[in-house]
Parts: sequence; structure tokens; C-alpha cells
Amino acid sequence: MNLNIFQSWNTRYQLISLAVLGVILMVALPLCLDIFRLNMVGKYLTYAFVAIGLVMVWGYGGVLSLGQGVFFGLGGYAMAMYLKLEASDPESTAIQSTPGIPDFMDWNQLTELPTFWLPFNSLPLTLIAVIVVPTLLAWMISFAMFKRRVGGVYFAIITQAVALILTVLIIGQQGYTGGVNGITDLKTLHGWDTRTDSAKLILYYLCVVLLLASILLCRWIQTSKLGTLLLAMRDKEERIRFSGYDVSSFKIFTFCLAAALSGIGGAMFTLQVGFMSPSFIGIVPSIEMVIYAAVGGRLSLVGAVYGTLLVNSGKTLFSETFPDIWLFLMAALFIGVTMAFPMGLAGLWDKYVTPCWKRWLQARRAPAPQVKAAPGAQAEVSRKVNVSSIHEEIPAGLGA
Amino acid sequence: MTPSDIFNITLMQGFAGLSLFAVLLLMGLGLAIIFGQMGVINMAHGEFMTIGAYTVYLGSVLTAEYAPEFMPYYFPFAIVAAFFFAFIAGWLIEWGLIRFLYQRPLDTLLATWGVSLAIQQIFRTCVGPKEVSPTLPDWLLGSWAPSEGLDIPINGIFVLSLTILVTLGVVLALYRSRWGLRVRATVSNRVMANATGIDTKKTDRLTFAIGCGIAGIAGAAFTTIGSTGPTSGQLYIVDAFLVVTFGGTASLMGTVVSAFGIAQTQSISEFFLAGSMAKVLTLSVIVLILMIRPQGLFASKVRH
Repeated sequence: MNLNIFQSWNTRYQLISLAVLGVILMVALPLCLDIFRLNMVGKYLTYAFVAIGLVMVWGYGGVLSLGQGVFFGLGGYAMAMYLKLEASDPESTAIQSTPGIPDFMDWNQLTELPTFWLPFNSLPLTLIAVIVVPTLLAWMISFAMFKRRVGGVYFAIITQAVALILTVLIIGQQGYTGGVNGITDLKTLHGWDTRTDSAKLILYYLCVVLLLASILLCRWIQTSKLGTLLLAMRDKEERIRFSGYDVSSFKIFTFCLAAALSGIGGAMFTLQVGFMSPSFIGIVPSIEMVIYAAVGGRLSLVGAVYGTLLVNSGKTLFSETFPDIWLFLMAALFIGVTMAFPMGLAGLWDKYVTPCWKRWLQARRAPAPQVKAAPGAQAEVSRKVNVSSIHEEIPAGLGA
Repeated sequence: MTPSDIFNITLMQGFAGLSLFAVLLLMGLGLAIIFGQMGVINMAHGEFMTIGAYTVYLGSVLTAEYAPEFMPYYFPFAIVAAFFFAFIAGWLIEWGLIRFLYQRPLDTLLATWGVSLAIQQIFRTCVGPKEVSPTLPDWLLGSWAPSEGLDIPINGIFVLSLTILVTLGVVLALYRSRWGLRVRATVSNRVMANATGIDTKKTDRLTFAIGCGIAGIAGAAFTTIGSTGPTSGQLYIVDAFLVVTFGGTASLMGTVVSAFGIAQTQSISEFFLAGSMAKVLTLSVIVLILMIRPQGLFASKVRH
């Protein structure tokens, strides 16, 4: 199986780009940055989970979701609920009128823990919920929509409405969710203090490892038959349907996958940042998550990670020093990636750097080896070429 | 509580729903033209509404400064100005941005979101982050009390009549004018319309600009009900899209009916529940109905 992944990749290029990303995230950044900045990078990387999910759903599946913040938030809230329950043990909440429940519940005159909080007393159940709850909601939404062949714009609007509903619900139900402040004052994970520097470092590495594993998983799906079908569906859906494939179930699967990844990202966010609030899951953050994927290149998994890092560091840098300019820059990014660079950073890389690299390789070894370009480059040429050139790669992928 | 009290409360609550209906419908009408007829997802629609609202504010400030005696009459002129400013902004954005993106609806969505961010920041820099409201002429204030214990706010009546007027105008323009004929021809078959000598590019631009202009009127009407801030438009954008989608795109009748349904559901459930839960309930019901019946209330034949 493992060998098959590398075989089907057949481009060393892909492997190298992932390795480079791994080295940057695991060696270079920890060496260069202090723990405060590294923790911040870790926070950005949690958004990268959402971004690679969007590459799968949007870049490969052709379905734009404006509600990925919902799944991010559900994962994050699930983790936050567990941490909050652990932080509100009877001793530390002794001054409350009802000790042993989270402080915001006490402020809102709740006297016992609501039933839906009970599963979050247990860590295994919480970890399951981090993945299952977002996936389940994603399944419900996508099943209803895709089975009725609703896609594109309507799907985007519905997912956006879901993001609005969840935000209003969380803010309105202060006693159950912590309201607009969110769930704060999180201290320990199963007795392990997550606020120390060493814990932050460990969490950062955990986040990087999970992210790289997610990229590998997505890459494996892309090179499998499913990935080819997704691409083909994005370009000519009717044709795939007439070929006898159940188009909707592939879309549902991909959407659920993206939701599960976002949920993991949300949980890692809560662990590293130490709180969760509705401001990370509403309409505005959800649409910003789309821009992370778009800046990186909507067809490139590795690019999505760079895109996320770049946009978020830009956001931090500019909103610290010139808050007025940041929104204009953000606006320029939105307009730029749609008008000028539809393939994002990955597209630019394939257009300008890859040819040089190829020439250099060919000059070095006289019998020129065939270096196949990354998928982003193929999409750069044209959509038709994209599918047909992917087809050439299928036999390796079908070997499974 | 006597039966007549209950009757009065029902009437007033119903009228509160009608005010919301007016705002939703005015927002939805512009979108129904842009999104329903042209298929462009204009996420900056709320910002065109804010342009209209700020125009009225500017009008009231200027009138108070230079021609205080003109104060009772400025409002109608401000509404016309609101339409024109939003119209010009829409024209420019179609020319600079939208016309390159007609083939890629999802990309228009992202690009117009960028536009909305930029417009918001312009407002924040030029007008300030604080919410403002214009000084309304006296005849818009107060309420009309046809009987004891029954108060109908005059601004509500004004907004409602404005909405009816604009709706009638749009219906007439779409179904009785040369422009409407061109729009409908372009929507149903772009190539054929082009072949018969309709300048479809010009039609697109005019249609987009008129849709934005109507959003400007919506903003002007909005100032009589609430205050305006740089992000006011964003609050309504999802509702406006739901109104159009729920009604069924390409159907003006659907937009009217769905705006009415959504506004009344929200206003009635607000009577029983807290405001946020009423909103959650209304939105969830719409989303559920759209999942069961994705083509909306009044279906168009084709849905992409």
C-alpha cells in the first residue's frame, strides 16, 4: 500500500515539495522562531487543514463551500467543551453557586450540566466527536443537496446560511455555549498543562504531523481513481453520470472528508490557542478560509499550506502595524486570485520556476529524464489537457 | 388584556413584520435582477445598500449645514441621489470587474467579496467606524393612531409605500420596457439575442447597475428604520440571498412572496422567542425547505 502511494506519485517532484514543506515546518521554523511566534504558526497551520479540505472540495470537486468555518468550529468547540469541563472541577469552581459546571453556565443561572455536554467528560468520546460531528453535519447537508443535483452557487449560499445559523445560535444560547465570548480559560488536557512552552512545542509538532498526514491522505485520494473521477466530474459532470457513476456520492464523500479535516484543524486550534469563540466560525472567517486555498493555488495541497501561512502572517503583520491597509490588501487578494492568478502561488511556481528547474535538470543529465509537472501546471495549460494528462497517470494509480 | 388589545398587538406585530418585509424585498429586488436574471453572485450587494444609506446621511448633513429651511423636503431627493450613486458604483464595478467573470460564477462571488471589503474600508476611513443616522424630516417621525391603543409608525408606512412603488417600477421595467425586453432576451438566449442585434454587453452593464441602484434605494429606506455603519450591509447579505433563492430565481413574484413569508415568520416567532432564536428558527426552516425543494417556491425551468 505504502509503496503504491510512491509509485503512483511517479513524480519525484511531488514528493520533494512535500519533503521541503516538512523540513520547513519541522526544522527551519522551530529553529528560527521563538515559542510565541511558533505557537502562532501552529495556529495558522490549523487553518491549513481547512484549506487542504477546500482544495479537495473546490479545486478537485468543483464545489465551493462557504461554510467550512462551521466544521472548523464544531471540531474546535468539541475540544473546547472537553477542556472546559476539565478546567471546571468542583475545587476550582468552589465560589460558584453550583460548583463543578463551567463558569458561564453559572453566570447564566444554569444549575446542572446540559445533557449534550455529558459525552465531553470523556477524552475518547471527545476525540471521536471532533471528527464525527462535523462529518455528520456535512453528510446531512451534502446528501440533501447533491442527491438533488444542487451544486455550484446554490450550495455556496446554503453553506453560508448554515454558517450564519450556527453563529447566531452559539451567540444566542449563552448559557449553553459561552455566547459571544466563547469558551475560555482552558487549562489542561487530561491532566497535562497545555499552556507551558514545552506543551506548546509538542502541540505544534503534533499539528504539523497531522497536517502532513492529511496531505498524504488527500494526495493518495487524488492519485487514486476517485481523484480522477472528481476532476472529470468537475469538468463534465453529465458525462460521468451517463457513464454510470453515482456522481453525488463521490461529492458527498469529498465534502465529508473536508469537513472531517476541518474538524481536526478546529480541535488543534483550540488546543494551541486556548479558547474557542464564534468569531472564528462565522461567515467572514469561512470565506477567508477560501482565500487561503485560492492564494496557495486551488489545485495544490502543498500550495494551500503556503497560502494559509502567507495570508495569515500578512494579516498579523499588517493588522498589528497598519490596520487600515490590511482590508484593502485582503480585497486585492480576493480580486487578484480571481482575475490575475486563478491558480495562485502553485500556478506561479509552475509557470516560472518549474521550467527553469527542468532545464537545469536536463542540462545536468544529458539523456533527459521525463519530469512530469505537478497537477497545478497541467491545469494551467487548459482544463481539457488537465484531464487527459491525468489519465495518462491512471495506470499507476489503478495498480491498487 | 381585552380582545381589542390582543387585536391591536396582532396588528402592530404584523406591521413590524411588514417593515422587515419591505427592507428584505428592496434588498431582494436588486439581487433578483443581478443574481436571478444575470446569474452573478454579488456579495457586495449589501455595500451598495450602504452607499445609498450614506448618501442619505450626507444629504441630511449637507442640508442641515447649507439650507436648513430645505430640511423637510430633502428626503425624496436623497433617495434619488442614493439610486444614482449606487447605480454609478455598480456601473464602474461591472466595467472593471464583473464583465470578465460571467463564465465563472464562483469566482464572481470571491471577487465581489473583495469589492465589499474594499468599500467597507473606504467607509471606515472616510466616514468613520461609528454608526450614523441622518436627521429625518419631521413628517417621517411619530406614529399614526387610527384608534385607541393602535400605533402604526409613519416611517414604516413610508418604507412600505416606497417598496410597493419600487416593486411596481421594476415589474413594469422588466415586462413593459425595451430594456426589460432586452434583459429577458439576453437571459433566455444570449447568442440569439446578440444575433438579433441586442448589445448584450451593454444590457448586462445596465442591468447590473440598475440592480445596484435599487440596492441604493433599499439603503435609503433603511436609514428611516436603523442606523448605518460600515458593515451594515454585510448583516443583510445572507438574508437577501436566501430571499431570492427561496423565492426561486428568475421569478419576481417568488421574491415578493418569499420576502413576505420570511419577514412574517421571523416577526411572529420573535413574539414567542428571543430575537436570536427567532432568526435561527426562520433561517433553519428556509434551509430545510431549500434542501427538500431546491428550486425554491416558484421554480424556473432550468437550474444550474
